[in-house]
Amino acid sequence: MYPDDLKYSTEHEWVRMDGNIAEIGVTVFAQDSLGDVVFIDLPDVGTEIRQFDKFGEIESVKAVSDLFSPVGGKIVATNPGAIENPETVNTDPYGSGWLIKIEVSDPAQLDALMDSETYESTLE
Amino acid sequence: MTDNALKKTVLHETHVGAGAKMVPFGGWDMPVQYADGIIAEVRAVRNSAGIFDVSHMGRLEFDGPAAGLFLGTILSANMPAIRVGRSKYNFICNEDGGIIDDAMVYHTGDDRFLLVVNAGNTDVDLDWINPRVSAAKKISDAGLSDANQADFTMTVITDETAMVAIQGPDAVEIVDGLTDGEASNIRRFRIGKAIVAGIAATIARTGYTGEDGFEIIVATADGVRLWSTLTDAGAVECGLGARDVLRLEAGLPLHGSDLSTDTNPFEAGFGRFAYFGSPGYVAADALRRISQAEPRRKLIGFKMTGRGIPRSGLKVLSGGDRPNVIGVVTSGTHSPTVDGGIGMGYVEQKYAETGSQIVIDVRGRLVEAEIVDMPFYKRG
Repeated sequence: MYPDDLKYSTEHEWVRMDGNIAEIGVTVFAQDSLGDVVFIDLPDVGTEIRQFDKFGEIESVKAVSDLFSPVGGKIVATNPGAIENPETVNTDPYGSGWLIKIEVSDPAQLDALMDSETYESTLE
Repeated sequence: MTDNALKKTVLHETHVGAGAKMVPFGGWDMPVQYADGIIAEVRAVRNSAGIFDVSHMGRLEFDGPAAGLFLGTILSANMPAIRVGRSKYNFICNEDGGIIDDAMVYHTGDDRFLLVVNAGNTDVDLDWINPRVSAAKKISDAGLSDANQADFTMTVITDETAMVAIQGPDAVEIVDGLTDGEASNIRRFRIGKAIVAGIAATIARTGYTGEDGFEIIVATADGVRLWSTLTDAGAVECGLGARDVLRLEAGLPLHGSDLSTDTNPFEAGFGRFAYFGSPGYVAADALRRISQAEPRRKLIGFKMTGRGIPRSGLKVLSGGDRPNVIGVVTSGTHSPTVDGGIGMGYVEQKYAETGSQIVIDVRGRLVEAEIVDMPFYKRG
């Protein structure tokens, strides 16, 4: 449910590091709370973003929710698959349901995030 | 003593046990969706059959020789024209023609009527109706000469009954199978008694989804058994989330969003359900006046042509080079049936043409849309 190679934010986003590129999405808990995801609004590639800033919106049938970046840096990729087929966020939130990739400006920011066990304990 | 605890229908435990997500709605703890999600539930209703617990809606019974006459004073319905076994959609309007609630009135038997109102408005409706019931007990100046104008009773039967709606192309067949074929004898918009899998019921061939089906009323004690009988017969459990998508797809308004005391039936496009000729009708003067004037705005349906989902409260702008604000969205969602954003809203009369290109301000992003006729989908 909460892979232990990922880091997690209090806003229910996850981070997978590959070198200094952070791949970011929302957790199983987030997609379950949202229900069926029907629309995702992501920023343009090249946008600079600070840690914990809002970077987009994710919509379920009933509501709009903000997306907050767990790390700061420059957005180097957004996932066209998720935009075209928002339901992949429900079916594969840690894989093909990824949302953005960020070139991280300060790797120490990861220390502010939780590991999988800590994140899971906040959900009780 | 204040009691802010949410009310529960007799099916509450059933919903929780089925894994439903529960939310507060109109003072009740209700299922918004079950495990498979809203989109799957909407598809089930459009393709087979879904069931909804609507026990929380207000059910008021009016009995007596003056029941129809009294209802004519509070509802925008031509009561004598509703024969036994028939129903009529109508509005409970205040003296200004504003809509306190929308409702269904059913002529269930000789000198007997059932009025079904929205769950969230039941208390407000009763606050408005009760004094009028009391006043009718006295001989009034309403011009009614019938000495028996007070000869009726009103009983709130919400707590002693449960109500389940089954809707979809397979719904009538399912209920037919449980009633030895009796259900299909009740035609669209009619109501009658039936024994549903051995349970005494009143069944109305009405609904809020645009599909055929029934709204089934039973004694509270039979509610759980009715629900499980319908699920055993293949109906899919559906919650309030799907219910809202379905009614919007069907072009049906929601009080509190598309209708309110700040709107009247004519600008909402429902003038044909706003009869104001009943003797002593409280909103007669206001509705007559409104019906004769050109409406300043109209409730329209629109489909998004650009990327985005309309939501209640968003501004509507005119299309073209110099867009100006022409209205507001009152309902909006993603429609799985037409695979896009759909909504309703009020726009200034001169822009309210089917086919007009409009723009929705989606939280700062201007997204194109087109005014379309409702319902938004074609029955399959």
